[in-house]
Amino acid sequence: MIRFMLMVNRQGQTRLSRYYQPVELSRRAQLEADVVRCCLSRRKDQCSFVDYKDFKLVYRQYAALYVVVGVTDNENELSVYELLHNFVEVLDKYFSRIMFNLDRVHIILDEMIQNGHVVETNKSRVLAPLTALDKMADG
Amino acid sequence: MSDVVEKTLTALPSLLSLDSHSGSTKLSSSSKLGNLIRGITELTSKHEEEKLIQRELASIKEQVSSPNTSMRQMKELMVRAIYCEMLGYEASFSYIHAIKLAQQGTALEKRVGYLAVSLFLNESHELLLLLVNTVLKDLQSTNLIEVCMALTVVSQMFPKDMIPAILPLVEEKLTHPKEIIRRKAVLALYKFYLIAPNQVQHIHNKFRKALCDKDPGVMTASLHIYLQMIQENPEGYKDLTASFVTILKQVVAGKLPMDFNYHSVPAPWLQIQLLRILAFLGKNDQSSSEIMYDILEESLRRAEINHNITYAILYECVKCIYTIHPKSELLEKAAKCIGNFVLSTKINLKYLGLKALTYVVQQDPKLALQHQVTIIECLDHPDLIIKRETLELLFRITNAQNVAVIVEKMLEFLRGNKDDYTTIDLVGKVAELAEKYAPNNEWFIETMSTVFSVGGDTMQPDIPNSFLKLLSEGFDSVEEDRKLKLFAVDSYVSLLQGEPGKLPQRFLQVISWVLGEYSYLRGELDAATVLRLLAKLLDTKSTSSETKSWVLMAMTKVCEGGVGVSVAQEVCETYSSSLDTALRQRAQELQHLSQDRDLRAKVLPREAGSEPLEVDSSLSFLDGFVSEALAAGAAPYKPHHQRQEELAQAKALSMEPYGLPISMSSCSIADRQSPTLLSVSSGLSGDSPSLSQKGGSTTPKLDGVKRVWGRQGYLVQTEPVEESDLVEVTGPLQSPNQQAGADGPPSQTPTLKPTPQPEQEKQQLASSLFVGLGSQSSLCLMGKPEATTQRFRRKAKGPVLSSSTGEQISNSSVSASSMANNLLCNDLLDSNITSETAAPSLEQTPQLSRDLPAANGACAVESTDRDVKENSASLIGDNRLVAADPAPRGDRGKLKDFSAHLPAEFSGLCHSDISPLASNQSLDVSACHVQKEDSLVLVVFMYNSSDDAIPHILLELRSDELEVSCEGDSPVEEARSRSVAVCQYSLTVKKPSVHVEVAGTVSYQLPVGTSQSVQFSYKLPLTSFIRPLTVSTEEYGTMWLDFSHDTKQKLTPICLGQEPLMDTLNVLKKKLKLHVVEIIGMEGIVACRVLRDQPCLMHCRLHAGALSVWLRSPVPDLPDCLMYHCQRALQEH
Repeated sequence: MIRFMLMVNRQGQTRLSRYYQPVELSRRAQLEADVVRCCLSRRKDQCSFVDYKDFKLVYRQYAALYVVVGVTDNENELSVYELLHNFVEVLDKYFSRIMFNLDRVHIILDEMIQNGHVVETNKSRVLAPLTALDKMADG
Repeated sequence: MSDVVEKTLTALPSLLSLDSHSGSTKLSSSSKLGNLIRGITELTSKHEEEKLIQRELASIKEQVSSPNTSMRQMKELMVRAIYCEMLGYEASFSYIHAIKLAQQGTALEKRVGYLAVSLFLNESHELLLLLVNTVLKDLQSTNLIEVCMALTVVSQMFPKDMIPAILPLVEEKLTHPKEIIRRKAVLALYKFYLIAPNQVQHIHNKFRKALCDKDPGVMTASLHIYLQMIQENPEGYKDLTASFVTILKQVVAGKLPMDFNYHSVPAPWLQIQLLRILAFLGKNDQSSSEIMYDILEESLRRAEINHNITYAILYECVKCIYTIHPKSELLEKAAKCIGNFVLSTKINLKYLGLKALTYVVQQDPKLALQHQVTIIECLDHPDLIIKRETLELLFRITNAQNVAVIVEKMLEFLRGNKDDYTTIDLVGKVAELAEKYAPNNEWFIETMSTVFSVGGDTMQPDIPNSFLKLLSEGFDSVEEDRKLKLFAVDSYVSLLQGEPGKLPQRFLQVISWVLGEYSYLRGELDAATVLRLLAKLLDTKSTSSETKSWVLMAMTKVCEGGVGVSVAQEVCETYSSSLDTALRQRAQELQHLSQDRDLRAKVLPREAGSEPLEVDSSLSFLDGFVSEALAAGAAPYKPHHQRQEELAQAKALSMEPYGLPISMSSCSIADRQSPTLLSVSSGLSGDSPSLSQKGGSTTPKLDGVKRVWGRQGYLVQTEPVEESDLVEVTGPLQSPNQQAGADGPPSQTPTLKPTPQPEQEKQQLASSLFVGLGSQSSLCLMGKPEATTQRFRRKAKGPVLSSSTGEQISNSSVSASSMANNLLCNDLLDSNITSETAAPSLEQTPQLSRDLPAANGACAVESTDRDVKENSASLIGDNRLVAADPAPRGDRGKLKDFSAHLPAEFSGLCHSDISPLASNQSLDVSACHVQKEDSLVLVVFMYNSSDDAIPHILLELRSDELEVSCEGDSPVEEARSRSVAVCQYSLTVKKPSVHVEVAGTVSYQLPVGTSQSVQFSYKLPLTSFIRPLTVSTEEYGTMWLDFSHDTKQKLTPICLGQEPLMDTLNVLKKKLKLHVVEIIGMEGIVACRVLRDQPCLMHCRLHAGALSVWLRSPVPDLPDCLMYHCQRALQEH
């Protein structure tokens, strides 16, 4: 199962975080810093999966942006790795028209992952509720 | 991975990173967030960031509370607050506004409100209750988008207690015409299932409907629920196997709409989900597995597209094939498929291949042989994660022949490793391997020394514990035993002569204990030398006071002769005034015992650990002491957890500084052993060698235990073997074939072509790594091949089912005194010292154990059902249990015979005697319990002894340990004059305890108007709740591994005739209603359940006249309670 998802830039600043298991606010910053250090220190030719404490990190890099997911040991790392790509493809599909913003990325993520499980991967279905909202706002 | 996609996506970051905030934005609001983000990006120090965010939060705070803020502005403010919280700065003032926004906003504003709530609040936050009304309203909205939003938030978080309020609305949505609403409703129900499974029990048929929904999205959503439910109870859903197979077939065949594809692979995550479900269904079930074979083969074949996602599916497929009932053809194909993974140049695939291989070698170690070259390459891989994964794999294929090489590789990794978690994990594995397969004494001691040095103080406490246990219990040969101990002594003496200050505390404790116990074995070693080395540890600054305790204890054992005594005296002087009470006590002990040789020989006999000790873990010999103390006004004993709970409830003062001076470890053992132990063991520091077996360790300790049950349950052989073979192989050393196989030449490993130098090294490594995995592996069960030369064969304490008594087992002269026994022994000895040195007036304590039978007889309070009458009578005698003034004892004789009032439906059932509980001038209360097959019914009789009718009687029952539910009519009754009112309650166990108790209050109004109440309590033994649990041996095996709470103890078997095991089990069966699953040779497995449906398994083994009993259950405390009753039952017989 997925424990959390982070989007961080190369400077290690968090752009988005979503926790699927409760982590205290005060401990998140430390955790995120650790996680980022783990991923940033790795070279391109190294494995995209890293041990971190008692769970695994799966990460993907898109130029200056890292998408990192913490998963439990029984998860299929490669499927999560591809899930990240699917997520980024969805973002690409949607944000080709509007500027990135925090709330919308969250709304998209909420459609795809819930309670640490993948609930929808069909791109058009993931975007359906958000596009409907946009239409309401326009209309 | 297609490069094209990768390339197009490199354009994304500029879009996402916000750093290049270019061009027009649609909303001016987002630029405010943009400003904030840019501001933060430009900052250089954490301090500046904090200042900026605090300013930002202050401004947000001001605006949200202003009445003029529009919902649109509010939305923008919430996003900024979300951003601040994301950076770790609490914005709790905005929580309530987030809820307001969800309530009052429209469209996107509302959605952001819900989003903020789900990000800000956790599931138990009280503000979440305020959201319920909004959700309720939106669920009934005609606007589909609002319904959608409400369902989304519900499936993320919802207060458990409020589920009933919205459940009907959510259920209604299951038939909604729009697929998205149906899908989200299913996901909401999944959430409910996760947080409150019993709330959705009644709608299981609707889940089935969702599974058959014409829309693939709704069906997919329902799989989450099914995966969860099937994982918990595969038996209940076997009928759906064919449905899941059909769905998978359709998906694989590409029958879904195109937009479900991901890089032209049809719904990959759906396939993975289905494969996981199938694995659960097919595990240990041949007929279900057969349904799946075709589609699994098809899935393997379909994987020709060279994309990551197909490999992700393949991995799941391979795992499934190796989990379900095996089919050799399919296994072969899966094995070949793994080859594609591990041989891949792509590192992510290699990783997954290793992970898959690690999983499958547990079933078939031969597979490792096929990939040995790759495995060796991976061992030297520059990427640590690949190395780590490879070690994991090697760990699974370790046997007696390759153990040294593999352990060396693991230690090599450990020395370079900096991560604590990895260290803890690997150190545990090395220790396990070393103990299981050590080739010789020297290697074992040296390896363990490395483990202790590297593992430091972070490692699991059970590693040093079981090491010391192994040393003290010894194994087959007395001579070997002596050699091992000697070697340990030698090696530790030389370590202490070096730089002991660098060694971790745990290691020093181990060293102290070993030197204390066994340094006398090395005759030429002067006791004074050892004492000086130990004393040096005391002087080292870095030595913790816990370690000092161990050292002092060791010195007490060693000190002898003139020089020794003077060293000891010196130390005593320093520590007898120590502020640490534990140290002071140890110093006192040392002082007294070093001067009195005879006393020391008595309380600290050498080799005490190896003598068989019969330990009465119920400590019944203390019953007299306890009842005396109770009579003198002492508070009744409460187990540790209960005290903790009460403390937590009281929440008054922090009690920590005043806690008992015992370490958690000894405390937890006390908990497990008996309710009275703590009173004796308090005051002990944890310096006995055997700390808690259970403490902290999450994995079941199965070392030295034959792998009859593997991770996957009862180890059925992968290749068909006749029944008789199976039994033969499980016998420890009986199989000559196995012997031959293991002794076979290493030529069994496939020969490689002659190659240049480095290659040759690899070949050498290969032959040493994979030795022993050859032909004999067909004989070994799915677990690790059992080495024929296993050195440290513990006296088996685990579920060993062998048809014949193993030779070496009967040979061993020493009966296995379990860990707990050792501890108890030591503790009791220690406590004797305590009482002698600290409080001479308590001299009777050591006598207590000798008075055992007498004390036992005198205060046999209660135990079985038949005793209930006596039991309650004694309770009545004990005033504290009956609050209301009980009628004088003499009156009892006049009491009515209530048995005529026992409801007719119970006439044929076994019931306890009806015992009077309490009475006053107008009402007599009595009760009995009736044992039904699936429940236990408490029947309360209330006799109105007055001349007036009592119109309203209200009976309330409560219990900490029991779930009480009223059977039949309402508990309010009328009792006419001189007649009896009867109430029935069904009882089930909530929290196991040796005896459980129901407290009750009868309150009623006299016609005169004064209200009266009678209080009573009814105590009954746990045994009344035990029912047989009928399981097969295989089911037993699976369950055994799943259960995490256990206890072990040796009991005295009953000897009536030729078959003590049979006799003993029959007694237990009769008295405790256990179900005997199977008896093989000297071992038996037994199962029972405690109402309602709390299983407990028992494994017993007869050896050297004692019965080793091992109990396991998923319910905490249950094994301990049951052990108590078993012991009682046998004692009484």
